[in-house]
Amino acid sequence: MGNVGIVIVSHSPDVARGTADMVRQMVGEEVPLAWCGGASEGGLGSSVEAIAAAIDRAWSEKGVAILVDLGGAELNSEMAVELLPHERRGKVVVCNAPIVEGAVIAATEASGGASLDEVRRTAEELSPA
Amino acid sequence: MDITEATRRALIERVAGSVILHADELTSLDQAIGDGDHGINMKRGFEAVLTDLDRLAAMPLPEALQAVGMTLVMKIGGASGPLYGTLFMELGKSLPDVPGFADVTIAFEAAIAAVKRRGKSDAGCKTMLDVLIPVLETLKSGQPGSAGRLPAVAAAAAEATRPMKAVRGRASFLGDRSIGHVDPGARSSALMISAICKTLEAAA
Repeated sequence: MGNVGIVIVSHSPDVARGTADMVRQMVGEEVPLAWCGGASEGGLGSSVEAIAAAIDRAWSEKGVAILVDLGGAELNSEMAVELLPHERRGKVVVCNAPIVEGAVIAATEASGGASLDEVRRTAEELSPA
Repeated sequence: MDITEATRRALIERVAGSVILHADELTSLDQAIGDGDHGINMKRGFEAVLTDLDRLAAMPLPEALQAVGMTLVMKIGGASGPLYGTLFMELGKSLPDVPGFADVTIAFEAAIAAVKRRGKSDAGCKTMLDVLIPVLETLKSGQPGSAGRLPAVAAAAAEATRPMKAVRGRASFLGDRSIGHVDPGARSSALMISAICKTLEAAA
């Protein structure tokens, strides 16, 4: 069934790409990973279409955990999840965690074969209560 | 009220036109308390709506509203995309083809509830809801002439966000420093309410 996939969604393509680089270097290749950043026509922002495509690239039957930076990325990620086909919708979560640390720790957890819920919980332990 | 194709076209043009005309103002409001992209994002979304004007105006009202909502979701690129997209899509889901006054009130209430869920927010948080909720309450009061008062109600409600402290979105990072500025989402909502009411009044 493979490992839980990780999607990184930032307002900035540079931040998203850099975070993905850190995950690959620190965690390795065994976790499906995709990133997106920036508005649909360039500039800072987030795009529902790009997020949906990233979920597809990182798809795993075990589910996908999304890490976001700011409000727009969070809302657009939630929107993208809602627009997924019904059978995928319940297998994607948006984590309430800092994007860089969250992505690394979530990927570390995922690489050990953890469930989607365990991956999310581990990432969210980083957030202040 | 039968909203004809000509009226649907006028509604889309006037709402989009008002947002685009005020894009710089919305951006400067957002620079004060947000990330300074509200005007440019909203302009991008509504310009995309206008490029599809012929097709949208030809659709029945519910489908047209849902299609406008989906375009806003896909094109705005900030938090306003899912928020306004949800508002329009939910209106489209709830309204019949030929809505009466009661249908509009019910659909608007459902759409506001959906925006609250999407934004995990409510009245008093210095958001677009602080305009939409007073407008809904005026509609629900059912007093004669209440529809004609909506633009003024919306404008006053947007202004009333000035002393509020933001607790949602980027502006919440500013805490007390968000006090003293009109919320950009409240302002854009007031612009749209005004454009809709004036177009429907002219068509009646």
